[in-house]
Amino acid sequence: MTEQDALYKYCLRLGDDALIHSYRLSEWCSNAPILEEDLALTNFALDMIGRAQLLLTYAGQLEGKGRTDDDLAYRRSEREYFNHLLLELPNGDFAHTIARLLFSSVWEYYFFNELQHSRDTTLAAIAAKTVKEVKYHMAHATDWAIRLGDGTEESNHRMQKAIDDLWMYTGELFETDEQTAILRDKNIAADMAMIKAKWRQEIERIIGEATLTMPKDEYMQTGSSTGIHTEYLGHILSEMQYLQRAYPEATW
Amino acid sequence: MEILEKTDKIHEDMLKTFEQKIDRGDAIEPRGHMPDGYRKHLLRQISQHAHSEVIGMQPEGNWITRAPSLRAKQILLAKIQDEGGHGLYLYSAAETLGISREEMIDQLHSGKAKYSNIFNYPALTWADIGAIGWLVDGAAIVNQVSLQRTSYGPYSRAMVRICKEESFHQRQGYEIMAKMMKGTKDQQAMAQDAMNRWWWPSLMMFGPHDTESPHTGDAVKWKIKRQSNDELRQKFIDKTVQQAEVIGLTIPDKDLKWNEDKRHYDHGPINWDEFYRVINGNGQCNKQRMAHHIKVHNAGAWVRAAAEAYRQKKEKQLLHL
Ligand SMILES: [Fe+2]
Ligand SMILES: [Fe+2]
Ligand SMILES: [Fe+2]
Repeated sequence: MTEQDALYKYCLRLGDDALIHSYRLSEWCSNAPILEEDLALTNFALDMIGRAQLLLTYAGQLEGKGRTDDDLAYRRSEREYFNHLLLELPNGDFAHTIARLLFSSVWEYYFFNELQHSRDTTLAAIAAKTVKEVKYHMAHATDWAIRLGDGTEESNHRMQKAIDDLWMYTGELFETDEQTAILRDKNIAADMAMIKAKWRQEIERIIGEATLTMPKDEYMQTGSSTGIHTEYLGHILSEMQYLQRAYPEATW
Repeated sequence: MEILEKTDKIHEDMLKTFEQKIDRGDAIEPRGHMPDGYRKHLLRQISQHAHSEVIGMQPEGNWITRAPSLRAKQILLAKIQDEGGHGLYLYSAAETLGISREEMIDQLHSGKAKYSNIFNYPALTWADIGAIGWLVDGAAIVNQVSLQRTSYGPYSRAMVRICKEESFHQRQGYEIMAKMMKGTKDQQAMAQDAMNRWWWPSLMMFGPHDTESPHTGDAVKWKIKRQSNDELRQKFIDKTVQQAEVIGLTIPDKDLKWNEDKRHYDHGPINWDEFYRVINGNGQCNKQRMAHHIKVHNAGAWVRAAAEAYRQKKEKQLLHL
């Protein structure tokens, strides 16, 4: 694998994360517990679509086959998607959505903080922009996790169940593989071991403040780095890609 | 007896001040006196407007996950967010009249408060997203531009903010239609079909003809309503017909033609039976929209309860410090 190939896949994966998570958050439109929350969650979805556009456009350039961000988003199939499993899971209740946003935004915060120093200047610029947005996502998720954890008995149970249910999908966030190793050597990719330590510490702190219990580290789900997904991704793609697939000649 | 006479006198003076303000065209503010009828009329109108913004998120939200490009998705999502924001401004404006958002939502659920009838129509294809932005927001703007001069201060200020965003929505909707009309045969057919379905309901958004409209009297006297239903409808038709022609869409009205004497377009008869059928609950989506709003509101109750419990806990802790 060349450095160029590795970087293509690296950007694709980050772009897919943003795209798929934005899809899930946008499903909260007209579905949130209060109107303000409807607006907040869809606002994060908007940030993520913007991030997906930047990353997928760059991925398309690196690939060099003339594919645009839309081509990559709308014309790839299940096995060609590389987003982390955590982000494609159905929303569940509000606690599950908050738990996912918490796990992913804390991860993204440390991750993009590191990536700002990437030797690849395009990636570094995207990371710098992303960190600013992710700070708000993280603050929001933290705030709700604490309120729900330390709110009523019901909300406490729901929040605990949510972090327990999603825990087995967090291991994947810190995996490294051949492509990240190549990019690490060149000071392009972020150092996962360090990010993992910071992530764990911060999540522990928030879970403690929320009067919740840290889940036990048991089996961690894996597969997305090779395009092995949950059954849910196929449904996302069939809905998201419907118009582009049904009218391949059309532009919108 | 004397006391009663005195309070009568005070009331009379306050009413006179109110009427003078209206005559001069001054804004009425929440703290000032206003007759009960004025307050009631405004409450009904502003809460209906707020609910319309919020219920209107449903038909458009129906297409977010299927938007055909990243840019289209972004524009649609931002638009729907604007509408939710409009709902928030308007709920706040209504709250200045002494009602809470929770009460307004209860009234919506019980059927006491209404929302715009247009959202009882389904958004069936992607072209409907274009048609809604262009025609529905386009019709709303005509109405709202006129409401920028409405006599109640908080309502008129909300309208000024809202109108700025609405004109974006209208342009973006029109852009969707224009793009489709430049596209494949399938896209053109899809766009024309949406036009056919949304044109008449958009005209109905302005309400019954002036000769039939029950609320017009007081609302005009109090300068809540500044132009009549038919005047506003005519404005909308005149500006929209030309926009349709430019991109090659046909207005589904065989009687539509330019009237050189009036310098307006004449239009064919509006199907008021349909209008009243939908208003009275038999539109395709009336039950769906309300059931959805109620379901979501109930499903979120535990979250609101948790936020409130947490707030109270923190307040108590502060007191014990
Ligand atoms: Fe609107
Ligand atoms: Fe609006
Ligand atoms: Fe609008």
